[in-house]
This record gives sequence, C-alpha cells and structure tokens, in this order.
Amino acid sequence: MTTEITDALCPFCGCNCDDITVVVDNNRITGVKHACRVGTAKIMGHHRIETPMMRADKKSEFKKVSYDEAIEGAARMLAMSKRPLLYGWASALCEVHKKGILLAEEMGAIIDNTATVCHGPSTLAVHEKGLPSSTLGQIKNRADVVVFWGSNPVHAHPRHMGRYSVFTKGFFQEKGRRGRKVIVVDVRKTETASMADEFVQVQQGSDYLVISAMRAILSGHADVVPDSAGGVQKEQLVKLVDTLKGAKFCGIFFGMGLTQSISRYKNIDNAISLTTELNSFTKCVIMPMRGHYNVAGFGQVCSWETGFATAVDFARGAPYYNPGETAANDLLMRKETDAAMIIAGDAGAHFPADSVRHLAKIPVVQIDPYWNATTEVSNIVIPVAVCGIEVEGTAYRMDGVSLRYRKMIEPTLSTDVEVLERITERVKELRGV
Amino acid sequence: MTLKVNLITGRTIDQGVTIENKTSSDYQEATAYCELNSKNLEILGKPGSNVRVKTRYGDVVVKLKENNGNPDSIAFIPMGPWANAVVDPDTRGCGMPGFKGIPAEIEVTKDKILLMKELIARYK
Amino acid sequence: MELLIKNGSVYDPVNGIKGDRTDISIRDGKIVDKVSSSASVIDAGGRVVMAGGVDAHSHIAGAKVNMGRIMRPEDTRLGIKPRTKITRPCTGYTVPNVYAMGYRYAQMGYTTVFEAAQAIMKARHTHEELEEIPIIDKGALTLFGSNWPTMDFVREKNMDKLAAYVAWGLLASRGFGIKCVNPGGGEMWGFGKNVTGLDDVVPNFEVTPREIIVSLMKVNETLKLPHSVHLHCNNLGKPGNYRTTLASMELADQVRARKDRQVLHVTHVTFNCWGGTNWGDFESKADEIANYLNNCDNVTTDMGQLIFGSATTMTADGPVQYANAKLLHAKWANGDVELEDASGVVPIFYAKQVSIHAIMWAMGLELALLTKDPYKVLLTTDHPNGGPFVNYPEVIALLMSNKKRQEEIKTLHALVNDRTKIPGITRELDFNDIAVMTRVGTAKVLGLLDTKGHLGAGSDADLSIYDIIPDQIDPSIEHAKIKSAFSSAAYTIKGGEIVVKDGEITATPAGRTYWVDATVPEEQTEIMMKDIRHKFKNYYSMNLANYAVQDEYVTHPEVIKAGAIPVEVS
Repeated sequence: MTTEITDALCPFCGCNCDDITVVVDNNRITGVKHACRVGTAKIMGHHRIETPMMRADKKSEFKKVSYDEAIEGAARMLAMSKRPLLYGWASALCEVHKKGILLAEEMGAIIDNTATVCHGPSTLAVHEKGLPSSTLGQIKNRADVVVFWGSNPVHAHPRHMGRYSVFTKGFFQEKGRRGRKVIVVDVRKTETASMADEFVQVQQGSDYLVISAMRAILSGHADVVPDSAGGVQKEQLVKLVDTLKGAKFCGIFFGMGLTQSISRYKNIDNAISLTTELNSFTKCVIMPMRGHYNVAGFGQVCSWETGFATAVDFARGAPYYNPGETAANDLLMRKETDAAMIIAGDAGAHFPADSVRHLAKIPVVQIDPYWNATTEVSNIVIPVAVCGIEVEGTAYRMDGVSLRYRKMIEPTLSTDVEVLERITERVKELRGV
Repeated sequence: MTLKVNLITGRTIDQGVTIENKTSSDYQEATAYCELNSKNLEILGKPGSNVRVKTRYGDVVVKLKENNGNPDSIAFIPMGPWANAVVDPDTRGCGMPGFKGIPAEIEVTKDKILLMKELIARYK
Repeated sequence: MELLIKNGSVYDPVNGIKGDRTDISIRDGKIVDKVSSSASVIDAGGRVVMAGGVDAHSHIAGAKVNMGRIMRPEDTRLGIKPRTKITRPCTGYTVPNVYAMGYRYAQMGYTTVFEAAQAIMKARHTHEELEEIPIIDKGALTLFGSNWPTMDFVREKNMDKLAAYVAWGLLASRGFGIKCVNPGGGEMWGFGKNVTGLDDVVPNFEVTPREIIVSLMKVNETLKLPHSVHLHCNNLGKPGNYRTTLASMELADQVRARKDRQVLHVTHVTFNCWGGTNWGDFESKADEIANYLNNCDNVTTDMGQLIFGSATTMTADGPVQYANAKLLHAKWANGDVELEDASGVVPIFYAKQVSIHAIMWAMGLELALLTKDPYKVLLTTDHPNGGPFVNYPEVIALLMSNKKRQEEIKTLHALVNDRTKIPGITRELDFNDIAVMTRVGTAKVLGLLDTKGHLGAGSDADLSIYDIIPDQIDPSIEHAKIKSAFSSAAYTIKGGEIVVKDGEITATPAGRTYWVDATVPEEQTEIMMKDIRHKFKNYYSMNLANYAVQDEYVTHPEVIKAGAIPVEVS
C-alpha cells in the first residue's frame, strides 16, 4: 500500500525544511518531493549497519553480536573509564540529547557535540557579545539586503535561498529576488558568490581585518582605513557599508569561513559587533548557518539542563565548561580521554588525524545507523533507527525554532533512546550507584 | 614540481549527499580531491591526476580538480577523512581545530588514493 | 495517602484564618475537612503555615530564558551545586537551569509559577523546558499584542475573528492567557522602530496600541478566560512613562469583567512608573499609580521589585532591550519572531550607588506600601529582570520591616530620599498581607482561586511551613529571621507530597502544566482560519501543519475550559 506523508521534516541540514512529501510503500520510502538533493539522499536512505558488532582489538574484523551483548560491552567499557567522552549528537533528536546528558551525569563524563568543529566558536562569541538575531521569516518578509559571509548555501543549505532568504517573496518583499541585494563575502568565488549582486573577495584569514575596517568606516573613521584591507579595496568597503546602512532590513548569515579560520570566535565577535552597530542606522540581524538539522537542538537542551551549550565536564558532579580544555579535540589531542562513545556524529571522518589517532588507541563504542570512519576505530558498534525518519521527536532549526519530526516509517532496529537508557541503567549497576 | 598553497577545507553538496554513505566510492569521489584554479593546476599537471598534499601535520593523496573560483594559491579539499589527514589539530584554546588556512605543498604522485578504510587504518 | 498538619499558625486570608492555630487535613493531593486517625502527622509546632506560593509573572522557560543561559556562562557559573541522590545538578543565579528553577521555588515554599511570555511559534520550546522543571505546577502566557492576525482583526473591528484567533492561539501554544507586550511595538521593531504612546498608528496595519489593548480585553471577557489581559505597557524603560501606564489602566473602564477578577493586569510596575523627562530628573511616580489603584477595582499589578546585584533583563519588548544594550554598552541578544513579536536579552547590574537603580528599588516598595489593598499588588521581581526570584524573601522582609528599609536607604544613592516617597513610608505589612501578595492574590488574579492560593477543602494540597512562630517574633526588628525563614521552608508540600524538609529537596515529582481550552463557534474559527492559512502560505517560514504544540510536550496537562459558548458545569 502506498501512502503519502505531507508536511514532513527533512533531517539533514539546519534549514529543517518542513514542507517535504514522502511516499511510503510497505514501510519503505519510495519517493521524496520538495527536498533538495542532500535531503532526498538522506531520506531515501543508504546502506545501513544491520546488527550490533564487536571486536577485541581494532585491527581484527567485527563479529556480529546481539543488542544485549553490545550494550553490556558498552556499559562495561564506559563504567571502567575514568575520563569518558560522549561525543556527537548532531544527527539525533533532542529526546536523545536528554538521555545523553543524564548518562554523562551518571558517569561524571564529558559530553560534547559536533558544534565543536562547526559553530562552537560562534557560541564563544555569543558569550562575549550576545546575538542580535530573528527567525528566518523576518528575513523572508523584510530583508532587502542579505549577506552570506563565509557561507555557501548553494552547497551546504541548498533550499535556504529559496525558502527563507533570497528568492522567496515576503510581506514587505513582494518582488522576491529582485527586491533584494545579495552580497557574498568569501575567499573563493563560490556558486553562491556567482549568484550574488556583489562579491567581496577577502584574503584567506583576513575576515577580522575586513570587519574591523567596515566598523571603522561605519563609525565615521574611514580615514584610518588603508587603501586595501584584507585584500579588499577601501572603495568597495565604503560602498558595502553604505549598502548595509541604507538597507531597510539587513540579514547577515555566516558559516565556517568565519568559525574555522585563524581568528576563530574573534571573527564572529567582530561580526556581531558590526551587526549591533548597524542597528544605529537600520535593522540588522545575524545568524549562524547551522550545519546538521539538530546541532542547534543539542545546544538548546544542554543549555537548559546544564546551563552550558556544549563541552560540559561532569567529573566534579556539577557542570563545568571551558572549551579549549573540555572540548572533544582538546581532550583527544591531550590523550586525556580513556574511552569514548560516539553517537550521531562521525568524529573519525571530521576530526584532525591526531584526534582520530587517539580514538584508535582507546576503547570506543559507536551508536549510529551508518558505517562511517568512526566505525573503523570502534570496538563496539550499535546500530540504531534513523532519527527524523524512523523516530519522531524534536529538533531546532538554525534560528532556534523548535519543530516536531514525524515518523515516516517504522524502525526495525532499536532507537538511540532505548540503547542509551539501557546503557545508563547498566552503568549505574556496575558503578554500584 | 611542488606547488606551495594555502589549504582550506569545507562542505560541498556532493559531500553532503554522500555523507551517510562513507564506505561508497561516491563518497570518495565527492571528498578525496583537491581543487586549484587552472593557472595553479597547470603547474602540476592535468585535472584527474593524483597529487600528494603535504602539511606539517600529515600527507594524503587525492585527485586534482579544477575550480576557477579559487584565487591563486588557494587549494580546497572537501571536509572529510582525506582533508583531515592534513589539517592543523591545534584548537588555539577554543575547541576548534584549524580546518582552514593551512600551509601545504602539493606534488603530483603515482601513489593511489587510499580508501576511507585504508586511510583510517593508518591511525591504528 | 493522608496527611495531617497539626498545630500550625495558619494564614489563609480567603478563608478568614489569620494566624489561628488550625489543623490542615490532606488526602490524595487535596485539602479535605478531616482525615482518619491513620494519617501521617506533621506537628507544625505553632509555625507559620500558608498555601504554596503562586507566582503570576516570572521568566522561567523558553527561547529568551535559554538565550540568557547561552550568552551568560558567567551567570551559569554562579550557584553551581553537584547532583545528589535525589536532585540533578544546579547552575545559575539569574538564569538557573531547569532543575534549579523547580528546586529553588520549592525551597522557598512556592508550588505554582507562570512563565510570563511565549510567542506561539516558539511555544514548543517553552513547553520543552517547562516539562523539565521539577516539582512546581506551571503554565505560560501567550503573546498576542503585535501578532499580525491580532492587528488585522482589530483593524477590521472583527471581534469574532479576534476571539477565534486568541482561542486558537492558546490551543496552538498550550497557553494560559493573553500577554500583551508593548502592543504594536513588536511589529514596528521589525524595522527597528517603536511606538511612542497609545495613539501611534502601526504602519501597514493601521491600528493603535489603544485599540489593540481594548480589543484584547474585550475578547478576553468574551472568552471568559480565567486570567485577564496581562499588559506590559508601552514606553517601558522611558522616563515619564507613568502617564502611559495610567492611560493604559484607564482603558480597563471600557470593558466589564465576566469573571470575579480584574479586567487588566499591569505587570512589573517598577519599570513603568517613571517620572521625569530624562535620566537627570528621573523620579518615582509609584505613588500616582498606587493612588489610581486605590480608586479603582478593575486593575491589578505586580511589583517587579528591583534587587541589587546581577540581573538579566529579558522581554518581548525588543526596542527597550536594544536601548538598554546601547545605554549599558552590554551584550545584546535580539529574537524577533516573524508575524508575532520581538524580544531581547541584556544583562544588567543594579548598583546601590547608581541613582536610577536606587530610585527604581524604591518604586516597587512604594507601590506595595502605598496601595491599600494587597490584592492589587502581587509580589514579583519580574524574574530575572528586576532580579532573580530567589530574592523574594528579601522583598518580604523589606515589606514587613520599616527598620530594614531605613537601614537599606542609608546605603543607597542619596537621590532615593528626594525622588521617592519611600523614606517617609512607615507601613509594615503583616503575614496576612504577605499571604495575599504571594498566594491568594496571585491565584485570584490568575483565576485559579478554586484550587490554588488557599487552604480550604477542595483546594490542591500545596502548602508551606516556615520556621517562624508569629507571636514570638517582631518582623520589624527581626527581619533577618523573616528573610531566612522564607528562603528555606521548613516544609513544602506539593499535591500532598513532602517535597522540601528543612530547606532541602526530599522528592521531585513532576508538576502539571495549566493551559486554557477556550471554545468558540466552529464557523467563527473556520472564517478566521482562512486568514491564518493565507499567512502560512505566504509569510510564515514554516507550515501550518507543524505549528501547534503537540500533546507530547504537555505530559501532565491541567486544562481549564473557557469559551464564548456557554459551558454548563454540573
């Protein structure tokens, strides 16, 4: 029997598109409408890990085991650890995050999420300067100037420009694309840049300098700006500042171009200051382009449960937070972690070699629907149902709007929540709590 | 011939499409390459040749690709295990490794591109 | 399960008990006339017994509260407490984590708290946090004051559609009542502008704040909602704003209450009873507001008392937060919600030697002490805007002791003497007044007096025992003991269960979430929904089918029925 699920939500990127139609035939997804290529690929599905697996040492082959055995093994591994790390979470629902934080509390573990290699620095900047932002509909209805800084939505958020920021029409933006000026600031002339009205090409690693120059111009001190700053001609910067000042509503979206280059969170700190200062002239908001569909949700849940958005260390029984000390890569590079649980995120693929090298030396349990680079360094692998497709629950869009994901098909494997609950119970028993 | 570049890594749509399918050749196709503009590329060879990208943190073999959106001496590798074999692990005290802006050297090689499994096996 | 509280000095104003030695009987979570001889017994030993505290205005959950946490790790690092066998870890002072919210309220003897503002579009987030706040019952007021449908229906003068929208909005947000923040200003902040008074016209929508407030009050009564319209006045945070506040209060005369309560609740008056024309001639006009309250019976207020030290301001009043950030050079979060409202979060430190802060400190106290009837002024700090709720005992002590106030005044900027009436006010409130301002009055203002705020049979078995024996203490002199006793309840009982003993948490049951299900004729909803569907099709960034809060987010609901259709109650 074929059924159609309408208003389904896409569990891939931080756009969290909620207008997807999914065709289901006998508990199999056979068609996806309205989603982009990336979303379609995720919803249509890939090869899955079909059964739990274990191996004694990481160079040998995996053996298929039961869920009971894998969970017992995982619990023993974690219970014996003195400095466990629970990492990942971006591709899982908030209901999973809550279980993860509870497990971290029980064990005195460190819990960190993929924001650490994504918008972690943005959070540090928010600590310094706040975040003048809005929901995406404000951009859709009002923005006549849209800036993408170090972000490339054509590749990373394919429907962002269509649904929220550029091509869409809105109440005060009846003309859609024609009513908006689109500015792209980037190192490379990306596909997004090719579609822009203006491309500002900065020298790699010079964003801080360029933003500082713009702030100087904005505050009436163009005289101190040299002829060229960060590879951008002063004339272009003056024109750019004029455009931003003259906007009715300006939306700035930023990505890894700012968070991952040399000045890290200081880039964002500076960009937020620029945004705040622009509000003396116009309405201006700024928003991080969040990568995975619920990387933002982990930050929300972790904040309301622990007070800190990520990189929380429970070793003292109470939350302690200091990225640079308690973030996943710092711990791995210092070889401080003595066991890791990697869930709904692929540290093996997305951490630098040094971190993966340490993961390859310590006991690792992986909880994930898919075989990935982390699987290659794991001792125990527990496959789970796919959140947002086979499991319903909550995720937060890049603008902080919370959405409930529908179940599209019935799962055939255990869910993250079930697995974490069982591990937690067993860890408590083993630790004699 | 060795080309000195400034290496950046990042997301692409094909990397996104294949991200949950990392054992596939599609994923390797989507991530195990290095983009240069045609002027830089010509110094090394032809698109499609294998190159070794070396930084002080490691080295990796990927395929050469042309992208004229890249300014001179900027090389781009999509995020993933191949890129991460050579990025800067230092978080500079804020949790974020150096995924962009790594000094690198690129040279043509006859060596083959390692499969994801083989690449990770190097760390064991 | 039966419990008998013996020998307490009970303060239960609504039942006429003013400190008399009375026994309270509890069975199955409710207060009953008597229990069997097998009931467990707590001997109160003459100590003060009151109904569980009820807070009608506090920012405890949702997007802006969490933004406060995210942008203020320095605040999270205050008040850190490791987990225990019973409790989860606690963090934060002005923006505590969800667990600390519940524990700390319970430790003060509070058992019911209402979040003061949620946008419908972000209500799911509010409920996610409310679900995780342990022990206390709770609910959330829903923002309607700048919503496009509100303004459209007000312009069309179509009160049927507006009533249908409010009913639908409460259902969609699982909300408890109508919150109206700087009406019209939330929309104008979308382009960085604001309204300056009740009669400014909101561009594109062609309505005035005056029309919005009156219309919302009208439909509030048509729908017979338990609570009245809950108003955060225009011009908040601007010297001279007491005039706007008084003019807003007068609007209540245009509408007749359909329930036994006020027509309008004007909230956190500390922030809108300001005289003067600038920061130089800034002065308190709390006496003018008190004077108005003394001569009217359709408006209630709450203090929004300022507490010296760290606070985090958070409000749907986006423009005032931008102004704050600019004035203070402070970090600034802004959180506009499309088609609905604005919001902002800004940290602040209230200092005794800053004249403005010293004068503001006096305002809340003046309001409470110059208003004769304590039912008209509820005790709040507009947590965490005036200061964190954990300081309620400080406010109680200030209200009960002129000596404490005079001691405090000596430490403040001298202008507190010239620009406020506080030095000359000698009134001292008694335990009965405090029970009104923190229990009965709040429950009445919320429309929950049936089951909350008092100790009569049939009421929820929520109560607190404080380590004070009334006839052995002079609160005026021993104000430190008063503060200490109210900070740390000897017992807090929630739904018949002991949740706090000697100030420590003993159990963490889940509280319930109150929301209002207001019915309107179906055809009225259908006509209104045409407009809503149009807005989702064209302007919202999400689909209508994914908008409303699902039942999964309200696992312990307490639904209050209301509506335009007469509901027969047997």
